[in-house]
Amino acid sequence: MSAIGRSLKRLEDRPLLTGAGRFAADNRADGQIHMRVVRSPIAFGRIVGIETEDAAALAGVVAVWTAADIADLPPIDFRMTRIAGLEPYRQHVLARDYVRYVGDPVAVVFAEDPYTAEDAAELVFCDIEEEEPCLDATAEPVPFMPERHPGLLSEPATIVKSYGDIDAAFAGAAHVLELELKVGRHTGVPLEARGALAVHDRETGMLTMYGAAKVPHYNRDSIARMLGLPQDKVRLSEGHVGGGFGIRGELYPEDVLVCAAAYRLGVPVKWVEDRREHLMAANHSRDQVHRLRAAVDPNGFVRGLTDTFFTDQGGYVRTHGGTVSDLAAALLPGPYLIPAYRVEGHIRLTNKTPSGTYRAPGRYETTFVRERLMDAVAARLGLDAVEVRRVNLIPEDRMPFDRGIEALGTHVLYDSGKYHDLLERTLKHLDYAALRSELENRRAAGEAVGLGLAFFVEKSGLGPHDLVRMAVLPDDTIEIVTGAASVGQGVETVMAQVCSDVIGMPIERIRVVHGQTDRIPIGFGAFASRVTVMTGSAVKIASEALRDKACALAAPLLQADIDDLVLEAGRVVSRSSGAGIGLAEIASQSAEALDAEGLFRADHMNYPYGIHVAQVRVDTELCGVKVERYLVAYDIGRMINPMLVEGQIVGAAAQGIGGALLEEFVYDEAGQPLATSFADYLMPTAHEMPPVEVLVREDAPSPQNPLGVKGAGEGGITAAGAAIAAAVDDALGRPGLVTRLPIVPTRLHASLYPR
Amino acid sequence: MKPASFVYVRPGSRSEIVAALAEHGADGKVLAGGQSLVAAMNFRLARPGVIIDINRAGDLDYLRPSGDVLAIGALTRHAAFHKPPVEGPLGALLAKVVRHIAHYPIRQRGTFTGSLAHADPASEWCLVAATLGAEMVIANNNGERTCPAAEFFRGTFTTAVGEQDLLAEVRLPMLGAGWRSGFHEFSRRAGDFALAMSLAALKLENGVITAARLGVGGVSDRAIRLSKLEQELVGKPPSKALFQDVAASAQAGIRPTADIHGSSEYRSDLIRAVVGRALTEAAA
Repeated sequence: MSAIGRSLKRLEDRPLLTGAGRFAADNRADGQIHMRVVRSPIAFGRIVGIETEDAAALAGVVAVWTAADIADLPPIDFRMTRIAGLEPYRQHVLARDYVRYVGDPVAVVFAEDPYTAEDAAELVFCDIEEEEPCLDATAEPVPFMPERHPGLLSEPATIVKSYGDIDAAFAGAAHVLELELKVGRHTGVPLEARGALAVHDRETGMLTMYGAAKVPHYNRDSIARMLGLPQDKVRLSEGHVGGGFGIRGELYPEDVLVCAAAYRLGVPVKWVEDRREHLMAANHSRDQVHRLRAAVDPNGFVRGLTDTFFTDQGGYVRTHGGTVSDLAAALLPGPYLIPAYRVEGHIRLTNKTPSGTYRAPGRYETTFVRERLMDAVAARLGLDAVEVRRVNLIPEDRMPFDRGIEALGTHVLYDSGKYHDLLERTLKHLDYAALRSELENRRAAGEAVGLGLAFFVEKSGLGPHDLVRMAVLPDDTIEIVTGAASVGQGVETVMAQVCSDVIGMPIERIRVVHGQTDRIPIGFGAFASRVTVMTGSAVKIASEALRDKACALAAPLLQADIDDLVLEAGRVVSRSSGAGIGLAEIASQSAEALDAEGLFRADHMNYPYGIHVAQVRVDTELCGVKVERYLVAYDIGRMINPMLVEGQIVGAAAQGIGGALLEEFVYDEAGQPLATSFADYLMPTAHEMPPVEVLVREDAPSPQNPLGVKGAGEGGITAAGAAIAAAVDDALGRPGLVTRLPIVPTRLHASLYPR
Repeated sequence: MKPASFVYVRPGSRSEIVAALAEHGADGKVLAGGQSLVAAMNFRLARPGVIIDINRAGDLDYLRPSGDVLAIGALTRHAAFHKPPVEGPLGALLAKVVRHIAHYPIRQRGTFTGSLAHADPASEWCLVAATLGAEMVIANNNGERTCPAAEFFRGTFTTAVGEQDLLAEVRLPMLGAGWRSGFHEFSRRAGDFALAMSLAALKLENGVITAARLGVGGVSDRAIRLSKLEQELVGKPPSKALFQDVAASAQAGIRPTADIHGSSEYRSDLIRAVVGRALTEAAA
């Protein structure tokens, strides 16, 4: 029986359920000291001076650093999407000359216990000459740091992409629609906040950082470079990670600070982030304004589309460089033909927390924008919203579909897809006509209920390559070593299933090592829904090599012809004689090690796709929105573990609903963040979540990898804002009412009852 | 998110608590359920010098019906109201309201009296106390005094409880036969602070309202009892039109505060909605 496609229970769960999980804050070392970051209370201003004497004098304080104490450290560089001109906007680990957001690290205190560290941090006084903060990314660019970088403005880059003849598309258009749409500032909020322990071993010279996540190899290289250490003297080690969502595990100032301090102060240094810090220091995301113009023919077919958008990147450009804006620009057209397109994406800095990627970066935003357009086309032309989508979807016979533009430096080539087919299956699953008439009856009885549907295309499996090594150990288990990272998504189980499918060993006898930079020379970590595609394919290649090697080594031991040998249930067996030998025994009786390596390369991403459907009820008096029903239909190509796929989709849908209705980083006019605890930054809870129906299809496997898989990580979130917005419009009978996410009661009230 | 240092004392009885308060004065702070205080201390928004933990004072953990009042001791947890603590309309009212207070684990720890002493403008119990005209028993080293709800709440987080005082007991009037209640609250999520809420209690006799209690919470610096509107209800049969008029009057009389979850205009409309719904439920 194939191990692929089965809902096997997670290997990860035993330690987690028995209390053996080890998260960042669980790490400790003898003699450790504690770091506390002093953060700017001001959104924008010039640093006149920082007084640290009182803090340094407090009993138990080991050191207090400002930028002057680590003047040799370069700023944190880009990991992705390096665009010319972004360099001056990088963040130093401690603010130099200027602070650019509330929460900007200006000093750090090291003390013998975390209480003293916090006491001392309060004694650090920052003399900051306040300047007018910029909080609107659509406003004219303003000086970035007027005295330090004269003339440098708050627009680091503009991304322009286009294909087709846009002028011709508009010249003959029956209708031209213009929309302005906004997606609010929210982000992934992992249950486990950040944290790290850095230890420098003076004897070996090894600097180790525990608490790594997401991209340990990349961060090892960066930390080594920033501290001027050889790469082989820095080690990053990942334990259990309580959620990532794109924001956790990027290289942040605090990671560099704990490593620099452990190295320079000669004692282990521990830092554990608190939630308030997390909500103003870890990456925010989204926060885009889009201005669309669409040329539409009488059937509702979008002939051409232009978009000018603004990404509020916050105070600095962090590790993601231009990633979010690049993805937004490239993937906005989504599942539709749209033969001509031109986009201009402005990356703008403001005086808010810096932004990065968050689950479905660029796609959550542009799916909202594009699907709002499709709904607007339907409303303007008096057409059915589903019919407008049918008219515009890329037909199956056009696959693979070349979009003619690039995303993240790769050519956008939709590898496979049966978009119309999935749409019809979704409608059938819902019994769409009956559902619509049921809702119409409820509306006639006075209830404000409505349905919204939104189509999306995701992307997954970002290259360039991935390496795994595996070996048979003496206890007859297989160890797989990978440079992938686990953020809680089930890497161990999925990799073991792929290996088990080839070797026939039960997954309980397959151990997956991840996130340890000293175990494998390269690794790309976990982001962009890449692990199952990239690492999984490498595991398959390695497993097949291990199988072939086992047969080759067993042949002389069994005095059999290699063609007579098969690998069954973890044993090499002779088909003719029935004689067999276990893998560990082969390894122990052979001069050569029983191990293998798998390297998988991919030049293109692949493109899963799906549909979200939301049914909502609006209380028109209280302006509350309740999601009554939620469906995600998703073609994933092929599933390794259906239970984990469903878990990914349901969890992502919860975050999508949060971004659509609840979560928002609000700032006042002085740039003070007003949502810095869970009392004000509202995550959806079990009370707010409807049961999420999941309709997973495997109708369009990816031709680009040996497993046929596409990523599962992001499709559950992508169209949530779009679907809920459409459902609210429908419930209220007000097409185009929702132009902004999240749909919060106070704004819904303002648009329903303008004064 | 670590509190500033403090001294911790744990008196074992009401008299010991009062003595400790007298000793520590302005530095002392009573810790009951800690559901607001501990968070405030961790954010360093509160830095009491001495924490006076009353959780071992068993003589404060009581619910005592006596005559026409229900006496609630300073250590009575919210969860004690999950089932009606007394028979009759007051018990039913309290059991109805308690479900809106935060979440189950918080209700196992937080206390009724602690909510009143904290005086959060969006506290359900403060609304109950203000609307029903509770009587507070405030104790200190010199003895005890009583304070009516109308004089107790002074503003956001501010009450008649002085530096050396313990809010030892709260007395709620038993609503007698014929009373019924309605409560409606709107919050962003289940268990969140109310954006607006209303409590209504009506005494109905022969189809006519003969007495009424009406209050609104979560919209200004304290819970508001709408005494004048109570009088408008009295002597009339309950009707949709009457309730709409009263709800509109309630809205007209209050200019709500704004925060990131609701503008003043929005909350103003919420007042009308929640008052109307609370009255309708009470009369149903």
